[in-house]
Amino acid sequence: MTYLVAGVAIWLALWALNARLANGPHAETRAVSLAIPLIFGATLLTLWELAVRGLDVPLVILPPPSLIAAKVAAEVPTLWADFQQTFLKGALSGYIIGALAAFLTAVLVDRYDFLKRGLLPVGNFMAALPIVGTAPILVMWFGFDWQSKSAVVVVMVFFPILVNTVAGLGETTQMQRDLMRTYGASYAQGLIKLRLPAAMPFIFNGLKISTTLALVGAIVAEFFGSPTLGMGFRISTSVGQLALDMVWAEIVVAALAGSAFYGIIAAIEKGVTFWHPSQRT
Amino acid sequence: MRNIVPVLTVIGAIIALWYAAAVPMNIKETLTQLERGGAEVTPPSAKDRRNLGHIGLIAANSFAARAALSQDRPRLPAPHQVAAELWDGTVDKKITSKRSLVYHGWITLSATLMGFAIGTGLGILLAVGIVHSRVMDKSVMPWAIVSQTIPIIALAPMIVVVLYSVGLQGLFPKAVISAYLSFFPVVVGMVKGLRSPDQMQLDLLKTYNANTNQGFWKLRLPASMPYLFASLKIGIAAAMVGAIVGELPVQGGGLGNRMLTGSYYGQTIQIWSALFAAAILAATLVAIIALIQRGTLKKMGLA
Repeated sequence: MTYLVAGVAIWLALWALNARLANGPHAETRAVSLAIPLIFGATLLTLWELAVRGLDVPLVILPPPSLIAAKVAAEVPTLWADFQQTFLKGALSGYIIGALAAFLTAVLVDRYDFLKRGLLPVGNFMAALPIVGTAPILVMWFGFDWQSKSAVVVVMVFFPILVNTVAGLGETTQMQRDLMRTYGASYAQGLIKLRLPAAMPFIFNGLKISTTLALVGAIVAEFFGSPTLGMGFRISTSVGQLALDMVWAEIVVAALAGSAFYGIIAAIEKGVTFWHPSQRT
Repeated sequence: MRNIVPVLTVIGAIIALWYAAAVPMNIKETLTQLERGGAEVTPPSAKDRRNLGHIGLIAANSFAARAALSQDRPRLPAPHQVAAELWDGTVDKKITSKRSLVYHGWITLSATLMGFAIGTGLGILLAVGIVHSRVMDKSVMPWAIVSQTIPIIALAPMIVVVLYSVGLQGLFPKAVISAYLSFFPVVVGMVKGLRSPDQMQLDLLKTYNANTNQGFWKLRLPASMPYLFASLKIGIAAAMVGAIVGELPVQGGGLGNRMLTGSYYGQTIQIWSALFAAAILAATLVAIIALIQRGTLKKMGLA
């Protein structure tokens, strides 16, 4: 009971602090706009911890954050091996192959209007489909190891990147293309000097959407068969053993990996498209 | 309309490629079967055939190409086999049959729609809160954005098992996953939409002496509609993926379950037909939302 009362008290106190910060004079400074979500996150974690302890929630339903943190710390070698198998081998290789294939296809599609009119509606249609469903088929073809996960990731990231890149390549105005022509620029020069740079914000949009998809594809593909390691494998077997602290530890790793992957792509984008209005502050 | 010929060409090319790939993918198993049936196969022993390429095998045994397209458990079923299975599963079987795709599709569809309704409702409510409260904006919005970079779907098996141990089963756990997946796109899109009126328009309402409530119903909400529909389309596709993945750990049927049992028993045609059924269902749902979008925006004079 005391836990619950303490939880509510802490919640109210931190919420009041946040309200003060958000409506205060320094609300727009960088430090404060970083502190507010962090305080909110800390509030949620504290509430979770105290609620689990106060209500005596069994471990098989919801372990408290402190236990999850301890599990992450204790299982670093296992988690690292799973991360290597799923993220570095499966997701990352598939992401790179898929992105390159989509990019080359997009340049080809952009060159021929017929292909553009034919492939783009099909690509848009495919981008909305539950492509994870191809996982059982690809696992059957490429075996249980990381190659099949990589293949699922290739299929998953291909269409979003294709559609975005084609949209980006069409982004230049007639005036800009005419200017290139008056310079006597060849197709390759026009592509490299004008249209690819103009397409970069779109390409990165597709790349950013695909970071999450890559991780989702690699994890879900492991539900259909995997060697005895990998994040998806560990999640599904730990759920079977009701070892929920291990499941949560893997989810923490997946969340960190997903955010870091997204962050890296976003950082590269910032460097490449520094000229774009959305990047200037 | 001018896109019809190119689109049909592309689809035709995909089907042609598919047929062209199906023969080499299945040729080895086909030759083994034909040999057992007493046919003359060159080279005669399976050991020699293992070292030959797929194309070489087809060239040596061109008579087997037909059989390779009508295998029972092919590595890659031919398009007509999948189409036949789809027809069989939707039209020929009774809807109540456990092998009917309509039966399984309905299970998936009901979980998708329930989750989509919950997720969209909560998402819109949270977006309204975020737009009207600075504290919520500053504390919740960064997490809503970060959460989109996290593979939430990895939680699916756990949510199903945990809710089961609390006594909830059937439709609800899958709907929770669907709701969770469709929730964040709606929040992010709706916040953008509710903020889309520019200062000029807000000022105009202020000169009319409109209060916050009127400003919301007469300006912000109508202005957010294009954004809402764009995120609804993403949301319903995500909800469908959630429902399918949520079905993997349970035995209650559904298209995801169909795929998993198919992969356990090597029933490739079953996997492919379930996959296509899911694709058709998802495409129909997105098309329905697009239709509502067009109708609504036209009535509002926005499209």
